[in-house]
Amino acid sequence: MSHPTPLTSFAAGARDTLPMLIGAAPFGVIFGALVAASQLALWQGQFMSLGVFAGSSQFIAIGLAAGQAGILVIWMATFIVNLRHMLYAATLLPHVSHLPARWRWLLGFLLTDETFAVMNAYYLKHAHTPHGHWYFLGSGLSMYGNWQLWTLVGLLFGVAFPKLQTLGLDFAMVATFIAIVVPQLFRKPQLAAAIAAGVCAWFLRDLPYKLGLMAATLVGVAVGLVSSHWLARIRAARSKA
Amino acid sequence: MTYTLTIIGMAVITVFIKAFIFVLGDRVVFPIWLKEALVFVPVTVLTAIIVPMVLAPHGEGMELSWRNPQLIAAIAAILVCATTRRQLLTIAVGLVVFFAWQLGVLHQ
Repeated sequence: MSHPTPLTSFAAGARDTLPMLIGAAPFGVIFGALVAASQLALWQGQFMSLGVFAGSSQFIAIGLAAGQAGILVIWMATFIVNLRHMLYAATLLPHVSHLPARWRWLLGFLLTDETFAVMNAYYLKHAHTPHGHWYFLGSGLSMYGNWQLWTLVGLLFGVAFPKLQTLGLDFAMVATFIAIVVPQLFRKPQLAAAIAAGVCAWFLRDLPYKLGLMAATLVGVAVGLVSSHWLARIRAARSKA
Repeated sequence: MTYTLTIIGMAVITVFIKAFIFVLGDRVVFPIWLKEALVFVPVTVLTAIIVPMVLAPHGEGMELSWRNPQLIAAIAAILVCATTRRQLLTIAVGLVVFFAWQLGVLHQ
């Protein structure tokens, strides 16, 4: 069933995003606490959540800043890590292309992994709903407010417990990244890509400006592409035989 | 000041990436290879960041030793994630092992 008015549609979008809000909360807290333990000012941490609003690139920026990376490297990493949003946008485009430009800018800004998942599921069920953009806005704005709130909580938490820094809070980032990476490694091309990237990053770790990270990413992606094509060819050959 | 500029640049880049397709509409066509390549970006970037942090937490040589709490806790987190595939549990176990190893085993 579709939602009859803009307001009910907005509320439904926010409600259906609730599990995502809960899932994102700890990451907001960890991000805020990492900022409090970094060279960045507290307000800059909140400013980043307000302006950038893309969790993984925010984490990476803090990690790179801690490693004395240059501004161009951080911008390049932001670009590469956030490129996936273009794919999300391309998938959702047929449902927003009729909207005025200000709506498309706003919904684009609010696009995240979580809201994409919610919107993709919604549009599969309701292909021709008149208030779909209000549902999108409800999902996006609730994620946005949620991210600001938990960033702030993390910042205050980090200030209240400054010793967390000396204990090695940066391990929270390692654990977070492991939780994102490991589930993907059950696919062989992803596993090959990760191994290649890890080995490369290890041997190139002393290159300046974190160029080793960039090189490792390129090599890893190339290995992933080659191995997925190679596997596809093997499968095709087997199905013929 | 540099950090503020860094953040503003990040925001401009991210907004551009996110809104670009929505605003330009159907005039953009993605090459297939780019779609395939993007799938591998998160897994490679994140792995490339954590491998040096875990193997050489002091930024010097490789510390393949039980006295390296980053390594022990990372192994624990990987095992938990591989068996349960639960993100928050993975992070919690990783942090608990990390702090317990540092405080309880190494007394630092």
